[in-house]
Amino acid sequence: MEKQDIIKSFKDSLFTGLIALALFGPIVGLRTASKGEGLFITPQWGVVFLLVGLCIVGRFLININSARRTEFKIFSTLTSKFSSITKDKAKHFAITGILFAVVFPFLPFTDRYFMDVAIMILTYIMLGWGLNIVVGLAGLLDLGYVAFYAVGAYSYALIATTFGWSFWICLPLAGLFAAFFGILLGFPVLRLRGDYLAIVTLGFGEIIRIILINWYEVTNGPDGITGIPRPSFFGLPFKRSPDEGEMSFHTFFGLEYSTMHRIIFLYYLILVLALITNYFTLKIRKLPVGRAWEALREDEIACKSLGVNPTNTKLTAFAIGAMFGGFAGSFFATRQAFISPESFTFIESAIIVAIVVLGGMGSQTGVVLASIFLIGITEIFRDLEQYRMIAFGGAMVLIMVFKPKGILANRKPTILMHGDKK
Amino acid sequence: MLKISNVETFYGKIQALRGVDIDVNDGEIVSLIGSNGAGKSTLLMTISGVNKARNGNITFNGERIENKEPHKIVDLGICQVPEGRRIFSRLTVEENLRLGAYTNEQGKHFETDIREVYDLFPVLSDRKTQRGGTLSGGEQQMLAIGRALMSKPKVLLLDEPSLGIAPKLVNQIFASIKNINKEKNVTIFLVEQNAKKALELADRAYVLVNGKVTIMGSGQDLLKNKDIQAAYLEGGTKN
Repeated sequence: MEKQDIIKSFKDSLFTGLIALALFGPIVGLRTASKGEGLFITPQWGVVFLLVGLCIVGRFLININSARRTEFKIFSTLTSKFSSITKDKAKHFAITGILFAVVFPFLPFTDRYFMDVAIMILTYIMLGWGLNIVVGLAGLLDLGYVAFYAVGAYSYALIATTFGWSFWICLPLAGLFAAFFGILLGFPVLRLRGDYLAIVTLGFGEIIRIILINWYEVTNGPDGITGIPRPSFFGLPFKRSPDEGEMSFHTFFGLEYSTMHRIIFLYYLILVLALITNYFTLKIRKLPVGRAWEALREDEIACKSLGVNPTNTKLTAFAIGAMFGGFAGSFFATRQAFISPESFTFIESAIIVAIVVLGGMGSQTGVVLASIFLIGITEIFRDLEQYRMIAFGGAMVLIMVFKPKGILANRKPTILMHGDKK
Repeated sequence: MLKISNVETFYGKIQALRGVDIDVNDGEIVSLIGSNGAGKSTLLMTISGVNKARNGNITFNGERIENKEPHKIVDLGICQVPEGRRIFSRLTVEENLRLGAYTNEQGKHFETDIREVYDLFPVLSDRKTQRGGTLSGGEQQMLAIGRALMSKPKVLLLDEPSLGIAPKLVNQIFASIKNINKEKNVTIFLVEQNAKKALELADRAYVLVNGKVTIMGSGQDLLKNKDIQAAYLEGGTKN
């Protein structure tokens, strides 16, 4: 490497250190401790210098890495190899993944905890795929996607607790409600793009949450809704002792009662819902409306000149994306049996957007990998308690440094060198 | 066929078109030449309904279209190839063409239509699974024209098809435009800065200066016109 380059990267990393010092100095360095009457500041300069040192070294290594790609790129070759494997064998990969997901509950090491994590990951995969319609395909950056998740969950909870209808009736209704809210959000933001759209959707997410907190008569405010009915296996409830005249799942199939039955059922439920989302997206991409979404993402003026109605196109994207968010919300409500506005904060939206972006905008497989990665990381680092969000942030930074276009940046259809030439 | 009378278009307070009158008859090639900022693209966008005319009216086959939505205007049979081509760069060539057929997607003629486009521009057929963004400028222009043809327009509006394209390909593209007009009976309204090419091709032509039509006549007459030679031909692009 050139000597100049080293000097340049060194200067750059020193500058990074300066920024780190400015940030960590007050945040970490000046710790307030209460002693007796008042608050006192106890400085922790040692920790600050350690952090700043880490930043300088890290930045320097990244600089060197980007200066000479050929010598120091273990991580990026690994991932690019991986993405080329998935590109070539996308179908095999997907089938293996689905098969694994199907047999997962019966694997010997699978216990209750694994099932819970798997259900959570699948919920996020479904949300990611739902949001991918809006962000990945239509190119509309929605930072308030959690609003539709909330609308789905609350519609399900309210309909189910008020009318006592079954899960299979409430689910489509909740989806419809969410889709309706998608259109409601869609109308005012039709003319917006990019940053401005992101800000308004962010606001929309907060508005929904604040309504849920304050509309006490309907939503029960911060106390949330309890006693949401669990789903039944086509009419057979998962109960140890069913009500009179009812037959429960385990007696019908002659099994020993186990709480795992319900968990496994929930797992398959969300697996099927998620796969439906994926299947729908893959299909609609080949239909005129799906192509119009992608075209709108590329160039709105060209769309207009070709007779694509941008209003309808955007609204359908919002509505359909919201609908799948609503389905996921219903599932969440029936799984938890209790929902409150606390489950629908901005951080949820942020995680879903992060899943879509880190997965590589528009890549369906990328969403799966990113969900496993992000949710998995927070679970693995659960023992670190308050530091696990640092691990989360660190993981995001690493992906963005090494794979700035997301884990799987290639989306189909890509260039086919040996395509079906005439 | 397409009649533009006294059209005025504004961007906020700035007036871009100051009462434009243009007629395009069935089967003609009509060129509109003018320098940067004369209002050529604005006029096309106004016909397409992307910009709205504040005054004046535009009729197409006797029907008023100046207040219609852009997609309704495409439905009527007016399709624009916008300036700078505006290819959907991350979609494949074939997907781009399919989007052109968006308004008559249900159309049973999709296969024959796309075949016609491939016959017109064989290079697109070779590249049909490639992403639009990987094509060269000239190929992109062909794709943009082909994409517009997929909507089966009666009038094709072309905005600067020679922009940023190698001279050899410009000749080819202008030949195809003539071909589209003669073989497929599509009326052409062409907006160009490359005045010589545009006038050679045109049956009739208009000159737009500062949002107003100053000269009109047959393409051949305008080529011989002293003022036009001085303003647009002598120092202009030579191909």
